[in-house]
Amino acid sequence: MLKWPLRLEKRSVPSGSLRLTAPLLAVLAMVITGFVVFSLLGQAPLQALKLFFITPLTTVYGLGELLLKATPLVLCALGLALGFRANVWNIGAEGQLTLGALCSGGVALFWAPALGGLALPLALVAGTAGGMAWAAIPAWLRTRFNTSEILVSLMLVYIAQLWLVMMLHGSWRDPDGFNFPQSRAFADGLLLPLLWEGQRANWAVWFTLVLALMSWLFSSQLFAGYRMLVAGEAPAAAAYAGFSERWTIWLALLISGGCAGLAGACEVLGPIGRLQTTISPGYGFAAIIVAFVGRLHPVGIVLAGLLMSLLYLGGENVQLELQLPSAMTGLFQGTLLFYLLAADLFINFRLRLASTPKARP
Amino acid sequence: MSSDLFIAIFTSTIVAATPLVYAALGELVVERAGVLNLGVEGMMLIGALAAFAVNASTGHTGLAYMAAALAAALLALLFAILTLSLQANQVATGLALTLFGLGLSAFLGRNLAGMPAVTLQPLALPWLRDLPLIGPLLFRFDAAVYGSLLLYWAISHFLRNTRAGLRLRAVGESATVAHSLGQPVLRIRYAATLFGGLTSGLAGAYISTALTPMWVEGMSSGRGWIALALVVFATWRPVRVLLGAYLFGGMTVLQLHSQALGLHVPSEALSMLPYIATIVVLVLICRNPKTILLNQPASLGRNFHPDA
Repeated sequence: MLKWPLRLEKRSVPSGSLRLTAPLLAVLAMVITGFVVFSLLGQAPLQALKLFFITPLTTVYGLGELLLKATPLVLCALGLALGFRANVWNIGAEGQLTLGALCSGGVALFWAPALGGLALPLALVAGTAGGMAWAAIPAWLRTRFNTSEILVSLMLVYIAQLWLVMMLHGSWRDPDGFNFPQSRAFADGLLLPLLWEGQRANWAVWFTLVLALMSWLFSSQLFAGYRMLVAGEAPAAAAYAGFSERWTIWLALLISGGCAGLAGACEVLGPIGRLQTTISPGYGFAAIIVAFVGRLHPVGIVLAGLLMSLLYLGGENVQLELQLPSAMTGLFQGTLLFYLLAADLFINFRLRLASTPKARP
Repeated sequence: MSSDLFIAIFTSTIVAATPLVYAALGELVVERAGVLNLGVEGMMLIGALAAFAVNASTGHTGLAYMAAALAAALLALLFAILTLSLQANQVATGLALTLFGLGLSAFLGRNLAGMPAVTLQPLALPWLRDLPLIGPLLFRFDAAVYGSLLLYWAISHFLRNTRAGLRLRAVGESATVAHSLGQPVLRIRYAATLFGGLTSGLAGAYISTALTPMWVEGMSSGRGWIALALVVFATWRPVRVLLGAYLFGGMTVLQLHSQALGLHVPSEALSMLPYIATIVVLVLICRNPKTILLNQPASLGRNFHPDA
């Protein structure tokens, strides 16, 4: 039988420098893949890559869009990363985002006149609480009934989306909207103020930055964050130290659900300005990629969120300029995560020629 | 209930359950070998796309199913290389596979949306199909439905009565012990993972050639995830996978027959049912930790490398 010429050998110490360079390698591999894909599609690859990755950033409006789309991605990913580090796999951020939108939209639609100036902050709080409540379901079922939070949180995505559609076909539909399944537009005072005029990014960017800072403080400075880290890295040690697994699961899901809910609220109270059947083009799922590419670290997540946002903008741009499918975005997102997982291998392993003697230094 | 309505509900239940049967039986084999592949949804979508494309361009359904199985198995191979040879985290890689399958299928299928296609036709079973009641109830399905039952039989026989099935289960229970007894752990896991890809592809093919013969982005709408839940629900036993799949099939067709049954509920609420039911059955099964502990393959989701 043919012998594989290379073999994997476990490193005695995981490579620290590769931990940080692996995402860059993955991005590079993704760009190279893009080069190949564009060539196969019969485009001049360099020009297409420029249209995809650079042109969107050359206008003030484009920069605003970059921030606008990065905001929900980073918000969701910050919460998810906290859970992933603690081995809690909430993959239903998309559903929590939808519920956040639903709850904040409900406040904005029906209670705004009664609440006056408090309507906007309360709508944001309602969105956050809605996301938390939606994430509390998998948390409760996991801690009480031992049910996989992966499957439950994912099922809840479909339920949340159907619920939103049901409301928009029912009593929440705009009476003057020609039977279109969307709500009335929210009043102007109910929308988040813009960062600056002439683009669409709003105050949600500030919330995101504050939350990124808080998430960094939580995981690096607080004992609670340390407990979650241990629970993920060494569950046996965490149990021995008396750290409650139940507590970790609840906290991870509530925080990530709250973040996703806030993201949903900011979408409807920002660029969308009403409730409609589609709130997000899969931000909740793309946030999983953002969390991993960002190394589950707040700074990394902000950078990865910007990159992922650029993938959305680039997809739209090549569709507009070159009539290429906007589904390029999903393709790039998927390959990026794959390359990262493959690159991660070299943190713990190194390649050796099979003929090299196995003696270690 | 009139007998016509009963027949309609019964047969549409079987049809709706068939993709779940294929995907969940395949994933069952994968998990019995100790591998947790969360990418079923992605592989299904690639399968659905491949089948639809071949079906629409050649009109040959057999070829379409082969293309679907092959395409999805290629995706499974990617998963196997990453998790088995390269030791990547199975949960993260499975998620990646789903997201990748979603993106890739949307990209490749961009020109296929709205194209007409041939629907898989029922098998021509002379004589049998004309039997009163039993004929329309049991003998008017397409070949893929009978194929899924055959697959069920083959898998339960394989796992229970064959030497290879025993080796596969041993690898799933304890990769280390199986390895020390000289079993080729990785090779067995590769084979199981590829088989799981193949059946996921067939599941997808059934969706895009029989259930809803068209191509729409993300058309498997969570069935891959329901299949994963079914495996847990079935406590890793083929016969319960089959029963569970039909239970879920029944729930998905309720919406089609709600008017005939006189149900006055918004259609969205009925569409939620399979997802709610998935959560409910997971709770019922997992409630007792012993059920999972006794039935789950002991090394499920744990990577194994002979050199490490």
